Amino acid sequence: MNPARPRLTVALTGLNAVDSPGPGVAVARALRESPAYDVRLIGLSYEALEPGIYLPDLFARSYQLPYPSAGTAALRTRLLEIHEREQLDVIIPNFDAELYNFGRLAPELAAHGIHTFLPTAAQLEMRDKLNLAAFGAEHGLQVPADMRLFGVADIPKAAAQLGWPLVLKGRYYDATVCHTPAQAEQAFWQLQARWGAPVLAQQFVAGQEINVAGLADGRGGLLSAVPMRKLFITDKGKAWAGITIADDALPALARRFAAATRWRGGFELELMRTAAGELFIMEINPRFPAWIYLAVGAGHNQPAALLQLARGEAVSDFNEYAVGKMFVRYAWDLVVDNADFQQMASVGEL
Amino acid sequence: MKLKPTIALSAAGLLFNPATGDSFSANPVALEILGLLREDAAPEAAKTAVLARYEVEAHQLDKDWDDLVAQLRQHDLLDS
Repeated sequence: MNPARPRLTVALTGLNAVDSPGPGVAVARALRESPAYDVRLIGLSYEALEPGIYLPDLFARSYQLPYPSAGTAALRTRLLEIHEREQLDVIIPNFDAELYNFGRLAPELAAHGIHTFLPTAAQLEMRDKLNLAAFGAEHGLQVPADMRLFGVADIPKAAAQLGWPLVLKGRYYDATVCHTPAQAEQAFWQLQARWGAPVLAQQFVAGQEINVAGLADGRGGLLSAVPMRKLFITDKGKAWAGITIADDALPALARRFAAATRWRGGFELELMRTAAGELFIMEINPRFPAWIYLAVGAGHNQPAALLQLARGEAVSDFNEYAVGKMFVRYAWDLVVDNADFQQMASVGEL
Repeated sequence: MKLKPTIALSAAGLLFNPATGDSFSANPVALEILGLLREDAAPEAAKTAVLARYEVEAHQLDKDWDDLVAQLRQHDLLDS
């Protein structure tokens, strides 16, 4: 432990470092490099096989949480149990679907000395993919046209309005590009079964996929924006390799978003640049992306700055980020004892 | 005709466009021409310099030059 940095215990979710990864492990790596704090990390998981649980060099302990669908009361009870044992200073939730519950509990958590820095419910709603087109229209941001589908009978109307191919998106995650009505029907049933209704049909936009990881101060100010172009994309559409790029239009877009929403905390803009150079906002994620450690490598440790925001400390704008920094993700087999898995699965902690 | 000033060009012939994240490799002759374009050399002056250094017919150089410029334009590496 570096005696110059005070110790801070931080709990975070999103330990599912799988092929469609949660950001938790990357956020954890960033926090361990905090220049301001010596961070002790507590993992919060939903499944016993989330890989981050089995990274003891990163997480001192891990605890299972009730699913978001269990509601705020169950989450409150569990978090306070964990707090009693670990004396948490800050919690960083990293899943879209859990942010509402954590947000509702934020004042109560603060009363127990647990700090958060989360987007408000209104902010979450306005960038929700179901409301994204209206959000874009209101703020003059270019967003693909879309339509909500409540049944397969809505598909022909969507196709007539938006054209083929159609992009069908789940309420929270997953997207499928559909070239025929049959593909669209199959995708609709799969997405509805997994994420519920409605399913979103979105206009297909061809181009280059660019993402921006950002951090905003909740008062309309942007503290950091690091743009990344995907170099290698998995069959799930996730970046497996990427590179930081220099394009003034991208931080400018992030700045407009932060100012328009007075966003609190981390976010990710998923963008498409067309051959004509137009920038479309495809999605806005209300949390750090799984590739956030690239931003750290480029000189912007956004998660470490979030800790300071959560504790009410002043954070200055970041300076320039390094352009041309790349990440290449890798898969790594963790060999663990079955007893550890059993303990996590049965007792809910490790 | 000039190479965009933001384009990084290494001695080994690697080009990097920081605006798009694209990387390219150039052979030694192309690298020499890119160096001239970086200096904003006029096309005719650059061609004269290449003709003086290499055993190449003028018509062949014109053809290869046009190919190279087309590629540079396609990848948005030229200022004009």
